[in-house]
Amino acid sequence: MLSKLGLASIEDLFDDVPKDVRTKGLHLPDGVDEIRLSRGLQELLRPNRPASDWLSFLGAGVYYHHIPAAVKTIISRSEFSTSYTPYQSEISQGMLQALFEYQSFMVELTGMDIVNSSMYDSSTALGEAVLMSHRMSGGSIFLSSRAVSPEKLSVAQLYAKGADVTVDTVDYDRESGLIDINDLESKVTDDVTGFYFETPNLFGVLESEWKTVREILGDKAVVIGVNPLALAVMMPPGEMGADIVVGDAQPLGVSMSLGGPSIGLFGCRAEHLRKMPGRIVGMTEDVERTRSFCMTLQTREQHIRRSRATSNICTNEALLAVAVAAHMGLLGRTGLRKTALENLTNMKELAAGIDSLDAFSAPVFDSPHFNEFVIRSPVGIDRLNEHLMTKKIHGVLAIDRWFPELKDCALVTTTEMHTPEDHRRLIDAMGAIR
Amino acid sequence: MRYHQAIHDVPLIFEGCNEAVPQDIESELDGLLPRNLQRARLDLPDLPEREVVKHFVNLSQMNFGVDNGMYPLGSCTMKYNPKICDDISSLETVANMHPLQDASTMQGALALMFELEGMLCEIGGVDAVTLQPAAGAHGEFTGMHIVRAFHESKGEERHEVVLPDTAHGTNPASAAMVGYDVLDLPSKDGCVDLEALNAAVSDDTAAFMLTNPNTLGLFEKEVREIAGVVHDAGALLYYDGANLNAIMGKTSPGKMDFDIVHFNPHKTFATPHGGGGPGAGPVGVKKDLERFLPVPRIVRNEERFELDYDRPDSIGKVKVFYGNFAVLVRAYVYIKMHGGKGLERVSELAVLNSNYLKQGLTEMFDMPYGDLRKHEFVLSGKKLKERGLRTMDFAKRLLDYGFHAPTVYFPLIVEEALMIEPTETETKDTLDAFIEACGRILSESPDIVRSAPHNTARRRIDEVRAARDMILSWRSYREKTQSI
Repeated sequence: MLSKLGLASIEDLFDDVPKDVRTKGLHLPDGVDEIRLSRGLQELLRPNRPASDWLSFLGAGVYYHHIPAAVKTIISRSEFSTSYTPYQSEISQGMLQALFEYQSFMVELTGMDIVNSSMYDSSTALGEAVLMSHRMSGGSIFLSSRAVSPEKLSVAQLYAKGADVTVDTVDYDRESGLIDINDLESKVTDDVTGFYFETPNLFGVLESEWKTVREILGDKAVVIGVNPLALAVMMPPGEMGADIVVGDAQPLGVSMSLGGPSIGLFGCRAEHLRKMPGRIVGMTEDVERTRSFCMTLQTREQHIRRSRATSNICTNEALLAVAVAAHMGLLGRTGLRKTALENLTNMKELAAGIDSLDAFSAPVFDSPHFNEFVIRSPVGIDRLNEHLMTKKIHGVLAIDRWFPELKDCALVTTTEMHTPEDHRRLIDAMGAIR
Repeated sequence: MRYHQAIHDVPLIFEGCNEAVPQDIESELDGLLPRNLQRARLDLPDLPEREVVKHFVNLSQMNFGVDNGMYPLGSCTMKYNPKICDDISSLETVANMHPLQDASTMQGALALMFELEGMLCEIGGVDAVTLQPAAGAHGEFTGMHIVRAFHESKGEERHEVVLPDTAHGTNPASAAMVGYDVLDLPSKDGCVDLEALNAAVSDDTAAFMLTNPNTLGLFEKEVREIAGVVHDAGALLYYDGANLNAIMGKTSPGKMDFDIVHFNPHKTFATPHGGGGPGAGPVGVKKDLERFLPVPRIVRNEERFELDYDRPDSIGKVKVFYGNFAVLVRAYVYIKMHGGKGLERVSELAVLNSNYLKQGLTEMFDMPYGDLRKHEFVLSGKKLKERGLRTMDFAKRLLDYGFHAPTVYFPLIVEEALMIEPTETETKDTLDAFIEACGRILSESPDIVRSAPHNTARRRIDEVRAARDMILSWRSYREKTQSI
């Protein structure tokens, strides 16, 4: 090949790199073969304690749910996994139809008019929602419920900064864990662009005051954060008056993988469509009038609109959107609702079990919950966690570092993965602390 | 030279036959969820596993991945993805890890990420790396926030980011998202016009964004001079890592005096693109910018790894947790499997394949700008117009021969652009077959080319209609078809 190019050595191909910027190779060890690689990696990762090894009651946005084996079969099809973004639609119908189905599943669950084909995760989806609210209603203050992961709010703040928007919080009611409506009312001024709340919120609590929220916000944006699994049984945000919906679709067929990749859910009402970020797949026809799919409304996007695009997003989480569509197809309406019911049931049972211990009260908030809840104990969460870890149970999530008023409180999550024996192990371990 | 994609009639999953006996749970639900919080209806199918698997497997056969054939999408670097990387990333010690576990129970993961950061520092010629960003564009967003934090730390407010007119669309979009005005710099002979750059920068310039080699596949030889101009103006130089795969071991962004770099693990380290994602977008910086990196930082305390959130100058967080770990694991495995010499070889072969392919196509097309290329090159399809054809027609016809089309109509400064990147993983035979297919297409009747593709699951698709009809879900399809 070199001789055909009239070159003597491969180095000649780098003649255009000036001497003063040349480096002498890479100071990295030599490559290793597959046998050593595989052994080395298993060894390196061995100190990890996955939820399939130690019992885990962690949640707060990332959940350990069952994923049917067939989901992996489907997303391992390398026609899907090794393809690029489907710009050439005629040769990419499989991915495009699967993404259209993901959008459709999410439209059904959320009750929104449009859901895009994914964002990175719920935190960046929220960041994008802040920017989109600003495009919709102007203003310089975005309000968020305080009962939201502070890490997520930190991401939202960074996104907001680019549009000179600041993020302010609305307190929660100490008894119910719900939005403090008086605080919200006092903070909604002319300069407010929109308001974000979650249901279930960080404390696992389900909001019920959406009508009041909608009234208070008037024509400003209402952004609702959801857990799509809970939506199998819950009132959809489309009926709660949401302009924009965000969330993580990770609970529907995506492994936790230390928190990434997740898949950001993003939906909105039809009238806001052109202000929406992200890729969207639409149905159309080919020249033979056969039903076909392609990416559409691309004039909102960076590769066309450049600095005036609605977002810089290019790569999203397409393969995980296929996983979510496959997962929802496999569970179906019945399976999905049963799973959501098991989460509700497990939450009630575990909370009651913990509450029956002298040194613990649960749940701290007196409202309906989905699959997680706050507990309180004078034994101290650090001490509790040290003890749990000696029993090969991952510690629960201490939340007083984020919410000083919730001293001695922690977040506990259970899903359909947990058996009554798992609950018993946790409760017994807790009860053993004196 | 025969290719024919599978065609199946695959109805939407919502249209499948619904044989399962509907069971409901309303009575049980009532005790657990107040009625006013319950949903009234949920319109989803109930299908047996067998039907769902058939549905998606048949769909997959109507999709084209790198595993199907050559995918010369310029700038996108569609190289073969080694399967061992997928195997490792699906281990339970990767897949079932919760991000909020105690650090003592994720030491393996932290060790891997810490080492990966170090390896990326070496490859990028930088001093510190964050793995947090979720994709290349998200890395740009992170980098632009670091630019902003850097200037703000000096009490300066700068409003403008300059970039060449050959830049990827994400560059201007990312700069704008961080609040910057964007100034496009016209290129000269396909490269940065040093004089124009000198005239463009001022004390209002926050950064200059550049990829090298650039999107025409040309190495910007004056990169040190460019860095001088940018730094003299008090601005930072940002490296778009999309084309780093062409120069590993030969030079590095750090050596070229870039201050901030993003990496595209998919392009450089072969993590599969997944039909659009997930990706990852690590960002590297020079020493004096390290304090602005997102939290947490992974730190080593003797033999223990910890997550350090105590960084008062940090820009904060660009996403929750630590990055797309399952993707980063694949990149780690890829780097380990190649080693330093192997990565350098990757770049050499990518450049060799690109130049070989360019040579084979030179006579068929116009080739603006320069001679020696790096990993990709751009042709102009303007001669096609003499036969009443456009670049898009040519691209669609390539699909009929079992090749994915190149990137078309980018970069914007080349008329009827065809941007071709063969990657290092294609054999000489495959490159020869691609050249042969291009030659054949040029001698075919324009009618056949204009009406292409013929051998794919669909013929030419009406994208205008999609934008007009706006059928964006099963629900909107039903509403629109019922109302007609």
